[in-house]
Amino acid sequence: MKAPDFEYARPETLADAIALLGAHGADAMALAGGQSLIPMMNFRVAAPEILIDLDGLADLKGIQKNDNTLTIGAMTRYVELMHNADVQACAPLISMALPHVAHDAIRNRGTLGGSLALADPAAEMPAVMRTLDATVNLSGPQGSRAVKADDFFAGYYETTRADDELIVSIDIPIAGPEHRFGFHEITQRHGDYALAGVAISVVSNAWRVCFFGVCDHPVRLPDLETALAQSHQDDHLLPHLDQIDFNGDLKASAATRKRLAGVALKRALGGMTV
Amino acid sequence: MTKTTEITLTVNDETIHATVPVRQNLVDFLRHGLHLTGSHVGCEHGVCGACTLMVNGQTVRGCLMLAVQANGATVQTIEGYADSGRSAALQEAFAKRNALQCGFCTPGMLASALGYIDAGGAADRVAIREHISGNYCRCTGYQSIVDAIIDVIEETNA
Repeated sequence: MKAPDFEYARPETLADAIALLGAHGADAMALAGGQSLIPMMNFRVAAPEILIDLDGLADLKGIQKNDNTLTIGAMTRYVELMHNADVQACAPLISMALPHVAHDAIRNRGTLGGSLALADPAAEMPAVMRTLDATVNLSGPQGSRAVKADDFFAGYYETTRADDELIVSIDIPIAGPEHRFGFHEITQRHGDYALAGVAISVVSNAWRVCFFGVCDHPVRLPDLETALAQSHQDDHLLPHLDQIDFNGDLKASAATRKRLAGVALKRALGGMTV
Repeated sequence: MTKTTEITLTVNDETIHATVPVRQNLVDFLRHGLHLTGSHVGCEHGVCGACTLMVNGQTVRGCLMLAVQANGATVQTIEGYADSGRSAALQEAFAKRNALQCGFCTPGMLASALGYIDAGGAADRVAIREHISGNYCRCTGYQSIVDAIIDVIEETNA
Protein backbone atom coordinates (compact mmCIF):
# COMPACT_ATOMS: atom_id res chain seq x y z
CA MET A 1 0.00 0.00 0.00
CA LYS A 2 0.97 3.64 -0.33
CA ALA A 3 0.76 6.42 2.23
CA PRO A 4 -2.23 8.76 2.15
CA ASP A 5 -1.50 12.30 0.98
CA PHE A 6 0.17 14.73 3.35
CA GLU A 7 2.02 18.01 3.38
CA TYR A 8 5.79 17.98 3.71
CA ALA A 9 7.95 20.50 5.53
CA ARG A 10 11.70 20.50 5.98
CA PRO A 11 12.59 23.16 8.58
CA GLU A 12 16.19 24.33 8.84
CA THR A 13 16.16 25.22 12.55
CA LEU A 14 14.94 23.53 15.71
CA ALA A 15 12.84 26.62 16.54
CA ASP A 16 11.07 26.37 13.17
CA ALA A 17 10.48 22.64 13.65
CA ILE A 18 8.96 23.18 17.09
CA ALA A 19 6.84 26.07 15.80
CA LEU A 20 5.48 23.82 13.04
CA LEU A 21 4.73 21.04 15.54
CA GLY A 22 3.02 23.55 17.82
CA ALA A 23 0.94 25.00 14.98
CA HIS A 24 -0.30 21.64 13.71
CA GLY A 25 -0.63 19.74 17.00
CA ALA A 26 -1.73 16.13 16.67
CA ASP A 27 -2.04 16.51 12.85
CA ALA A 28 1.74 16.72 12.54
CA MET A 29 4.34 13.98 12.82
CA ALA A 30 8.10 14.34 12.89
CA LEU A 31 10.07 12.31 10.34
CA ALA A 32 13.46 11.11 11.61
CA GLY A 33 14.99 8.16 9.70
CA GLY A 34 11.59 6.99 8.49
CA GLN A 35 12.41 3.30 8.80
CA SER A 36 9.30 2.69 10.91
CA LEU A 37 7.16 5.76 10.21
CA ILE A 38 7.18 5.35 6.40
CA PRO A 39 5.94 1.72 6.54
CA MET A 40 3.39 2.75 9.19
CA MET A 41 2.16 5.39 6.74
CA ASN A 42 2.18 2.87 3.89
CA PHE A 43 0.02 0.60 6.06
CA ARG A 44 -2.05 3.67 6.99
CA VAL A 45 -1.51 3.00 10.68
CA ALA A 46 -0.13 6.55 10.73
CA ALA A 47 -1.70 9.30 8.62
CA PRO A 48 -0.24 12.70 9.49
CA GLU A 49 -1.66 15.78 7.75
CA ILE A 50 1.82 17.23 7.73
CA LEU A 51 5.14 15.46 7.91
CA ILE A 52 7.98 17.49 9.41
CA ASP A 53 11.30 16.16 8.14
CA LEU A 54 14.02 16.71 10.77
CA ASP A 55 16.87 15.88 8.39
CA GLY A 56 17.71 19.57 7.90
CA LEU A 57 18.40 20.17 11.60
CA ALA A 58 22.19 20.04 11.92
CA ASP A 59 21.89 20.66 15.70
CA LEU A 60 20.28 17.24 16.11
CA LYS A 61 23.16 15.34 14.50
CA GLY A 62 26.47 14.15 15.84
CA ILE A 63 28.14 12.63 18.87
CA GLN A 64 29.91 14.68 21.52
CA LYS A 65 32.07 13.42 24.36
CA ASN A 66 32.14 15.59 27.49
CA ASP A 67 33.66 14.93 30.94
CA ASN A 68 31.16 12.35 32.20
CA THR A 69 28.64 12.18 29.44
CA LEU A 70 28.35 11.09 25.84
CA THR A 71 25.75 13.24 24.10
CA ILE A 72 24.19 11.76 20.97
CA GLY A 73 22.07 13.95 18.70
CA ALA A 74 18.60 12.54 18.14
CA MET A 75 19.07 12.47 14.34
CA THR A 76 22.35 10.54 14.52
CA ARG A 77 22.00 7.49 12.32
CA TYR A 78 22.77 3.96 13.49
CA VAL A 79 25.54 3.63 10.90
CA GLU A 80 27.35 6.58 12.50
CA LEU A 81 26.97 5.09 15.99
CA MET A 82 28.40 1.79 14.74
CA HIS A 83 31.57 3.39 13.41
CA ASN A 84 32.13 5.94 16.18
CA ALA A 85 35.15 5.29 18.41
CA ASP A 86 33.69 7.30 21.33
CA VAL A 87 30.54 5.17 21.32
CA GLN A 88 32.62 1.99 21.25
CA ALA A 89 34.78 3.18 24.16
CA CYS A 90 32.23 5.03 26.31
CA ALA A 91 29.03 3.07 25.68
CA PRO A 92 30.03 -0.39 24.46
CA LEU A 93 26.54 -1.73 25.17
CA ILE A 94 25.28 0.34 22.21
CA SER A 95 27.95 -1.24 19.98
CA MET A 96 26.92 -4.71 21.19
CA ALA A 97 23.25 -4.08 20.40
CA LEU A 98 23.56 -2.30 17.04
CA PRO A 99 24.36 -5.34 14.86
CA HIS A 100 20.99 -6.74 15.99
CA VAL A 101 19.06 -3.67 14.81
CA ALA A 102 17.52 -4.72 11.48
CA HIS A 103 19.91 -4.71 8.49
CA ASP A 104 22.57 -2.52 6.92
CA ALA A 105 20.18 -0.70 4.61
CA ILE A 106 17.91 0.14 7.58
CA ARG A 107 20.81 1.18 9.86
CA ASN A 108 22.03 3.55 7.14
CA ARG A 109 18.83 5.57 7.60
CA GLY A 110 17.43 4.79 11.08
CA THR A 111 18.16 7.19 13.94
CA LEU A 112 18.52 6.79 17.70
CA GLY A 113 16.00 9.55 18.45
CA GLY A 114 13.48 8.08 16.03
CA SER A 115 13.65 4.69 17.71
CA LEU A 116 13.16 6.18 21.18
CA ALA A 117 10.26 8.40 20.08
CA LEU A 118 8.52 5.44 18.42
CA ALA A 119 8.99 3.24 21.52
CA ASP A 120 8.46 -0.07 19.78
CA PRO A 121 8.44 -2.56 22.67
CA ALA A 122 10.56 -5.02 20.67
CA ALA A 123 13.21 -2.47 19.68
CA GLU A 124 16.73 -2.68 21.12
CA MET A 125 17.57 0.97 21.76
CA PRO A 126 14.83 1.83 24.30
CA ALA A 127 16.00 -1.09 26.48
CA VAL A 128 19.66 -0.17 25.99
CA MET A 129 18.92 3.42 27.05
CA ARG A 130 17.16 2.25 30.22
CA THR A 131 20.05 -0.10 31.01
CA LEU A 132 22.58 2.72 30.53
CA ASP A 133 20.52 5.12 32.70
CA ALA A 134 20.41 7.56 29.77
CA THR A 135 18.62 10.90 29.80
CA VAL A 136 16.38 12.03 26.95
CA ASN A 137 16.58 15.77 26.24
CA LEU A 138 13.34 17.22 24.89
CA SER A 139 12.54 20.63 23.47
CA GLY A 140 9.09 22.14 22.94
CA PRO A 141 7.17 25.43 22.92
CA GLN A 142 7.37 25.53 26.75
CA GLY A 143 11.15 25.13 26.70
CA SER A 144 13.49 22.24 27.29
CA ARG A 145 13.36 19.40 29.78
CA ALA A 146 15.32 16.27 30.52
CA VAL A 147 13.61 12.93 31.19
CA LYS A 148 15.34 9.80 32.49
CA ALA A 149 14.98 6.86 30.10
CA ASP A 150 13.39 5.02 33.07
CA ASP A 151 10.55 7.60 33.02
CA PHE A 152 10.31 7.97 29.24
CA PHE A 153 8.70 4.74 28.01
CA ALA A 154 5.05 4.65 29.02
CA GLY A 155 3.65 1.65 27.16
CA TYR A 156 2.98 0.17 23.74
CA TYR A 157 4.39 2.79 21.32
CA GLU A 158 3.86 5.40 24.02
CA THR A 159 6.26 7.77 25.70
CA THR A 160 6.00 10.74 28.06
CA ARG A 161 7.02 13.06 25.20
CA ALA A 162 4.27 15.62 24.44
CA ASP A 163 2.98 15.89 20.85
CA ASP A 164 4.66 19.27 20.39
CA GLU A 165 8.03 18.19 21.82
CA LEU A 166 11.03 16.84 19.92
CA ILE A 167 13.86 14.68 21.21
CA VAL A 168 16.95 16.81 20.71
CA SER A 169 19.65 14.55 22.14
CA ILE A 170 20.37 11.69 24.49
CA ASP A 171 22.91 11.87 27.33
CA ILE A 172 24.65 8.66 28.29
CA PRO A 173 26.90 8.34 31.36
CA ILE A 174 30.39 7.33 30.21
CA ALA A 175 31.28 3.80 31.29
CA GLY A 176 34.34 3.31 33.47
CA PRO A 177 36.90 0.52 33.02
CA GLU A 178 35.19 -1.57 35.75
CA HIS A 179 31.81 -1.39 34.00
CA ARG A 180 30.65 -4.61 32.34
CA PHE A 181 27.85 -5.20 29.85
CA GLY A 182 25.82 -8.05 28.40
CA PHE A 183 23.35 -8.26 25.55
CA HIS A 184 21.42 -11.07 23.92
CA GLU A 185 18.31 -11.33 21.82
CA ILE A 186 16.44 -14.21 20.26
CA THR A 187 14.88 -13.69 16.84
CA GLN A 188 13.42 -15.84 14.11
CA ARG A 189 15.93 -14.43 11.62
CA HIS A 190 18.94 -12.17 12.10
CA GLY A 191 17.78 -8.56 12.17
CA ASP A 192 14.15 -9.35 12.96
CA TYR A 193 12.42 -7.91 15.97
CA ALA A 194 13.26 -9.76 19.14
CA LEU A 195 10.96 -12.49 20.43
CA ALA A 196 12.79 -11.79 23.70
CA GLY A 197 15.93 -9.86 24.45
CA VAL A 198 17.84 -8.40 27.36
CA ALA A 199 20.47 -5.74 28.01
CA ILE A 200 22.59 -5.83 31.19
CA SER A 201 25.02 -3.49 32.89
CA VAL A 202 26.91 -3.99 36.15
CA VAL A 203 29.32 -1.88 38.13
CA SER A 204 30.35 -2.55 41.76
CA ASN A 205 27.84 -5.44 41.80
CA ALA A 206 25.00 -2.97 41.11
CA TRP A 207 22.99 -4.50 38.24
CA ARG A 208 20.66 -2.95 35.70
CA VAL A 209 18.72 -5.38 33.54
CA CYS A 210 16.17 -4.43 30.90
CA PHE A 211 14.13 -6.88 28.82
CA PHE A 212 12.58 -6.00 25.45
CA GLY A 213 10.16 -7.71 23.08
CA VAL A 214 8.46 -9.40 26.03
CA CYS A 215 5.61 -7.03 26.98
CA ASP A 216 4.25 -3.59 26.09
CA HIS A 217 7.40 -1.65 27.03
CA PRO A 218 11.10 -2.20 27.80
CA VAL A 219 10.95 -3.54 31.35
CA ARG A 220 13.39 -3.58 34.27
CA LEU A 221 12.93 -5.94 37.20
CA PRO A 222 14.37 -4.40 40.40
CA ASP A 223 14.00 -7.69 42.31
CA LEU A 224 15.96 -9.56 39.65
CA GLU A 225 18.65 -6.86 39.72
CA THR A 226 18.97 -7.31 43.50
CA ALA A 227 19.01 -11.10 43.11
CA LEU A 228 21.84 -10.93 40.55
CA ALA A 229 24.06 -9.32 43.17
CA GLN A 230 23.73 -12.48 45.28
CA SER A 231 23.66 -15.46 42.93
CA HIS A 232 23.33 -16.43 39.27
CA GLN A 233 21.61 -19.77 39.93
CA ASP A 234 18.59 -20.40 37.67
CA ASP A 235 16.23 -21.09 40.58
CA HIS A 236 17.34 -17.86 42.19
CA LEU A 237 16.86 -15.70 39.07
CA LEU A 238 14.17 -17.16 36.81
CA PRO A 239 11.18 -16.92 39.22
CA HIS A 240 11.49 -13.11 39.01
CA LEU A 241 10.40 -13.31 35.35
CA ASP A 242 6.88 -14.00 36.70
CA GLN A 243 6.64 -10.24 37.30
CA ILE A 244 6.54 -9.59 33.55
CA ASP A 245 3.13 -9.57 31.87
CA PHE A 246 4.42 -11.48 28.81
CA ASN A 247 2.54 -10.91 25.57
CA GLY A 248 1.69 -13.68 23.16
CA ASP A 249 1.20 -13.37 19.42
CA LEU A 250 1.42 -15.46 16.24
CA LYS A 251 5.21 -15.72 16.55
CA ALA A 252 5.42 -16.84 20.17
CA SER A 253 3.01 -17.50 23.01
CA ALA A 254 3.44 -15.79 26.37
CA ALA A 255 4.83 -19.04 27.83
CA THR A 256 7.37 -19.35 25.00
CA ARG A 257 8.42 -15.73 25.44
CA LYS A 258 8.94 -16.27 29.15
CA ARG A 259 11.17 -19.25 28.47
CA LEU A 260 13.09 -17.32 25.77
CA ALA A 261 13.56 -14.37 28.16
CA GLY A 262 15.21 -16.76 30.63
CA VAL A 263 17.43 -18.19 27.87
CA ALA A 264 18.38 -14.67 26.71
CA LEU A 265 19.22 -13.70 30.30
CA LYS A 266 21.49 -16.71 30.81
CA ARG A 267 23.24 -16.22 27.48
CA ALA A 268 23.73 -12.50 28.12
CA LEU A 269 25.18 -13.24 31.56
CA GLY A 270 27.44 -15.86 29.99
CA GLY A 271 28.75 -13.35 27.42
CA MET A 272 29.40 -10.33 29.63
CA THR A 273 32.25 -8.04 28.59
CA VAL A 274 35.40 -8.35 30.69
CA MET B 1 -5.41 17.20 -5.12
CA THR B 2 -2.13 15.39 -4.58
CA LYS B 3 0.53 17.61 -3.04
CA THR B 4 3.70 17.84 -5.06
CA THR B 5 7.16 19.26 -4.67
CA GLU B 6 10.14 19.86 -6.91
CA ILE B 7 13.34 17.90 -6.42
CA THR B 8 16.78 17.87 -7.99
CA LEU B 9 18.95 14.81 -7.61
CA THR B 10 21.59 12.80 -9.41
CA VAL B 11 20.49 9.38 -10.61
CA ASN B 12 23.12 7.13 -12.18
CA ASP B 13 25.35 10.15 -12.88
CA GLU B 14 22.56 12.12 -14.55
CA THR B 15 21.10 15.28 -13.02
CA ILE B 16 17.32 15.03 -12.73
CA HIS B 17 14.81 17.80 -12.02
CA ALA B 18 11.34 16.50 -11.32
CA THR B 19 8.03 17.37 -9.74
CA VAL B 20 6.99 14.50 -7.50
CA PRO B 21 4.01 13.77 -5.27
CA VAL B 22 5.31 14.19 -1.69
CA ARG B 23 3.76 10.83 -0.78
CA GLN B 24 5.73 8.98 -3.48
CA ASN B 25 8.40 6.53 -2.34
CA LEU B 26 11.83 6.86 -3.90
CA VAL B 27 11.59 3.46 -5.61
CA ASP B 28 8.21 4.34 -7.14
CA PHE B 29 9.65 7.61 -8.45
CA LEU B 30 12.57 5.73 -10.03
CA ARG B 31 10.28 3.14 -11.61
CA HIS B 32 7.32 5.28 -12.70
CA GLY B 33 8.93 8.71 -13.00
CA LEU B 34 12.26 7.71 -14.55
CA HIS B 35 11.33 4.26 -15.94
CA LEU B 36 14.27 2.68 -14.12
CA THR B 37 12.46 -0.56 -13.44
CA GLY B 38 15.49 -2.52 -12.25
CA SER B 39 14.74 -1.74 -8.60
CA HIS B 40 11.85 -3.98 -7.64
CA VAL B 41 8.95 -3.37 -5.27
CA GLY B 42 8.07 -6.30 -3.04
CA CYS B 43 6.71 -5.85 0.44
CA GLU B 44 6.68 -2.03 0.63
CA HIS B 45 7.53 -2.13 4.31
CA GLY B 46 11.25 -2.67 4.38
CA VAL B 47 11.35 -6.41 4.97
CA CYS B 48 12.01 -8.12 1.63
CA GLY B 49 14.96 -6.04 0.40
CA ALA B 50 13.92 -6.16 -3.29
CA CYS B 51 14.06 -2.34 -3.56
CA THR B 52 17.56 -1.99 -2.05
CA LEU B 53 19.56 0.68 -3.88
CA MET B 54 22.27 3.22 -3.05
CA VAL B 55 21.79 6.78 -1.84
CA ASN B 56 24.95 8.82 -1.30
CA GLY B 57 26.96 5.62 -1.54
CA GLN B 58 25.02 3.75 1.15
CA THR B 59 22.46 0.98 0.70
CA VAL B 60 18.91 2.00 1.57
CA ARG B 61 15.43 0.61 1.13
CA GLY B 62 13.81 2.46 -1.75
CA CYS B 63 10.38 1.83 -0.21
CA LEU B 64 11.31 3.36 3.17
CA MET B 65 12.40 6.67 1.76
CA LEU B 66 10.28 9.33 0.09
CA ALA B 67 11.45 10.72 -3.24
CA VAL B 68 11.43 14.18 -1.65
CA GLN B 69 13.95 12.96 0.95
CA ALA B 70 16.36 12.24 -1.91
CA ASN B 71 16.37 15.91 -2.92
CA GLY B 72 20.04 16.82 -3.43
CA ALA B 73 21.18 13.20 -3.09
CA THR B 74 23.17 10.94 -5.40
CA VAL B 75 21.23 7.79 -6.23
CA GLN B 76 22.63 4.68 -7.89
CA THR B 77 20.38 1.88 -9.10
CA ILE B 78 21.14 -1.48 -10.69
CA GLU B 79 21.03 0.25 -14.10
CA GLY B 80 23.86 2.49 -12.86
CA TYR B 81 26.10 -0.23 -11.42
CA ALA B 82 25.53 -2.44 -14.43
CA ASP B 83 26.34 0.30 -16.97
CA SER B 84 29.42 1.48 -15.08
CA GLY B 85 30.72 -2.05 -14.64
CA ARG B 86 30.73 -1.69 -10.86
CA SER B 87 28.62 -4.80 -10.41
CA ALA B 88 30.09 -6.69 -13.39
CA ALA B 89 32.14 -9.17 -11.35
CA LEU B 90 29.18 -9.89 -9.07
CA GLN B 91 26.77 -10.30 -11.98
CA GLU B 92 29.16 -12.73 -13.63
CA ALA B 93 29.59 -14.68 -10.39
CA PHE B 94 25.81 -14.77 -9.84
CA ALA B 95 25.33 -16.21 -13.34
CA LYS B 96 28.18 -18.71 -12.95
CA ARG B 97 26.97 -19.93 -9.54
CA ASN B 98 23.27 -20.01 -10.46
CA ALA B 99 22.67 -17.43 -7.74
CA LEU B 100 19.34 -16.47 -9.28
CA GLN B 101 16.38 -18.21 -10.77
CA CYS B 102 13.42 -15.86 -11.22
CA GLY B 103 15.65 -12.82 -10.70
CA PHE B 104 13.16 -10.73 -8.73
CA CYS B 105 15.46 -10.34 -5.69
CA THR B 106 18.66 -10.00 -7.74
CA PRO B 107 18.93 -6.18 -8.11
CA GLY B 108 18.44 -5.72 -4.36
CA MET B 109 20.69 -8.66 -3.58
CA LEU B 110 23.44 -7.18 -5.78
CA ALA B 111 23.10 -3.80 -4.02
CA SER B 112 23.41 -5.44 -0.60
CA ALA B 113 26.33 -7.56 -1.77
CA LEU B 114 28.08 -4.47 -3.17
CA GLY B 115 27.55 -2.76 0.19
CA TYR B 116 29.21 -5.72 1.90
CA ILE B 117 32.12 -6.02 -0.53
CA ASP B 118 32.77 -2.26 -0.67
CA ALA B 119 32.94 -2.13 3.15
CA GLY B 120 35.75 -4.71 3.00
CA GLY B 121 33.58 -7.61 4.15
CA ALA B 122 35.35 -10.93 4.66
CA ALA B 123 34.78 -14.15 2.69
CA ASP B 124 32.98 -15.56 5.73
CA ARG B 125 29.76 -17.49 5.08
CA VAL B 126 28.19 -16.60 8.43
CA ALA B 127 28.93 -12.88 8.10
CA ILE B 128 27.62 -12.84 4.51
CA ARG B 129 24.48 -14.71 5.57
CA GLU B 130 23.89 -12.13 8.30
CA HIS B 131 24.50 -9.29 5.88
CA ILE B 132 22.03 -10.53 3.27
CA SER B 133 19.46 -11.60 5.89
CA GLY B 134 17.53 -8.45 4.95
CA ASN B 135 17.08 -9.64 1.37
CA TYR B 136 14.56 -12.39 0.64
CA CYS B 137 15.20 -14.92 -2.12
CA ARG B 138 12.50 -17.55 -2.61
CA CYS B 139 14.32 -19.54 -5.31
CA THR B 140 17.92 -20.30 -4.49
CA GLY B 141 18.07 -21.16 -0.81
CA TYR B 142 20.87 -18.58 -0.55
CA GLN B 143 23.79 -21.07 -0.74
CA SER B 144 24.64 -20.13 -4.31
CA ILE B 145 24.31 -16.41 -3.54
CA VAL B 146 26.82 -16.76 -0.72
CA ASP B 147 29.07 -18.76 -3.07
CA ALA B 148 28.94 -15.96 -5.66
CA ILE B 149 29.76 -13.24 -3.13
CA ILE B 150 32.67 -15.30 -1.78
CA ASP B 151 33.98 -15.82 -5.34
CA VAL B 152 34.11 -12.06 -5.91
CA ILE B 153 35.79 -11.34 -2.57
CA GLU B 154 38.40 -14.05 -3.17
CA GLU B 155 39.05 -12.85 -6.74
CA THR B 156 39.43 -9.28 -5.51
CA ASN B 157 41.85 -10.32 -2.78
CA ALA B 158 43.80 -12.72 -4.99
